[in-house]
Amino acid sequence: MSHTFTLDGKTIPFEDGQTIIQAASKAGVFIPHLCYHPEFKPHGSCKLCTVKVNGRQTASCTMRASAGMVVENNTEELNAERRALTQMLFVEGNHFCPSCETSGNCQLQATAYHLGMMSPHYDHFFPSRPVDASHPEVLLDFNRCILCSLCVRASRDVDGKNVFALSGRGIKTHLIVNARSGNLADTNFTLKDKAAQVCPVGVILVKRNGFAVPIGERRYDNVPIGDSLETATEGR
Amino acid sequence: MNAPVKKKLKVATTSLAGCFGCHMSFLDIDERLFTLLEHIEFDRSPLTDIKEVHPECDIGIIEGGLCNAENVHVLRDFRKNCKILIAIGACAINGGLPAQRNHLPLSAILEEVYHTSPGLSNGLIPNDPELPLPLNQVHPLHEVVKIDYFIPGCPPSGDAIWKVLTDLLAGREPELGHGLMHYD
Repeated sequence: MSHTFTLDGKTIPFEDGQTIIQAASKAGVFIPHLCYHPEFKPHGSCKLCTVKVNGRQTASCTMRASAGMVVENNTEELNAERRALTQMLFVEGNHFCPSCETSGNCQLQATAYHLGMMSPHYDHFFPSRPVDASHPEVLLDFNRCILCSLCVRASRDVDGKNVFALSGRGIKTHLIVNARSGNLADTNFTLKDKAAQVCPVGVILVKRNGFAVPIGERRYDNVPIGDSLETATEGR
Repeated sequence: MNAPVKKKLKVATTSLAGCFGCHMSFLDIDERLFTLLEHIEFDRSPLTDIKEVHPECDIGIIEGGLCNAENVHVLRDFRKNCKILIAIGACAINGGLPAQRNHLPLSAILEEVYHTSPGLSNGLIPNDPELPLPLNQVHPLHEVVKIDYFIPGCPPSGDAIWKVLTDLLAGREPELGHGLMHYD
């Protein structure tokens, strides 16, 4: 049997072991996602990349492609659910784009634009999440964390440092720093770490570097997310 | 038979816990205001100084979130009298800048602003009964009344506002594409 499946009617080739999103990216088809990153093991938690495989919903970052699959991706139903998930992420944290230096370069914001999110819809939680400014080079603004765990995976799997972790359960899940004090300054984290480059939102910020790129020239100002398939170079 | 004269739509606008930036941006539709005025007339608005919303207002456009009791009162008044309510700008949609106070206790903020900050020797927290009471937290509009449409941005561009208004006037579902849709 040939190594292809169909994605919204288009024939997509794949190699053994590839997930649906990997094969789709390679074929130039965008599937919205936040916690997926091509360089890391999938986490399967944000659920934005949910597609329908033979009529059943599944995360395309964890589901391996197999021959003859019929996959739906860019449908009104799936995009409405993705939009609702995105709205929940916005109200669960404190996402004030006008005062965020990642605005314009933010994958969450760009994805919300892509999905046509005109409002947060739900009631805001306005959680209290103090920032960690202890590190000389990097500021951690937990207000914007979407729990994608990319920094956790990068620090653990690439840097070999285990600087970050997700702690707590359910709605109480939150990002922590693995130090007795809980402060980033008391870890061996550096700017050169892979974990410093992968945050899709505005949590891990390089100090003295904010708003360097003017409005109009930022990453998603001119090219919407998904229009140029740049998944291979994601991160900043 | 003569065609019936098309009734102009009544449009009311106000700024609650906002900075009037969205109203300034509204004026950025520039000469298109004349085209707009062929279809609408302004009711209560900073542009007319009319104080009460007409009971049969067609469209209410509200900038800013809710930071005090008067904001809530005005919002409910708009909702009662307007057929369509539009939240304009970041503050109306998610609380925006004023909502940055939401993780602080209100008493601590008032203490600091009126009492303990440098230069205010023995300042008192204002308690005149005419002053509206601040809410414990700043809230976006949709958490209190039903909002029909949203125009995100801080502020939304004149072009974005024009797009939503002309979509509505034409009877289309308003839609902002890439470039017009932004949250900052």
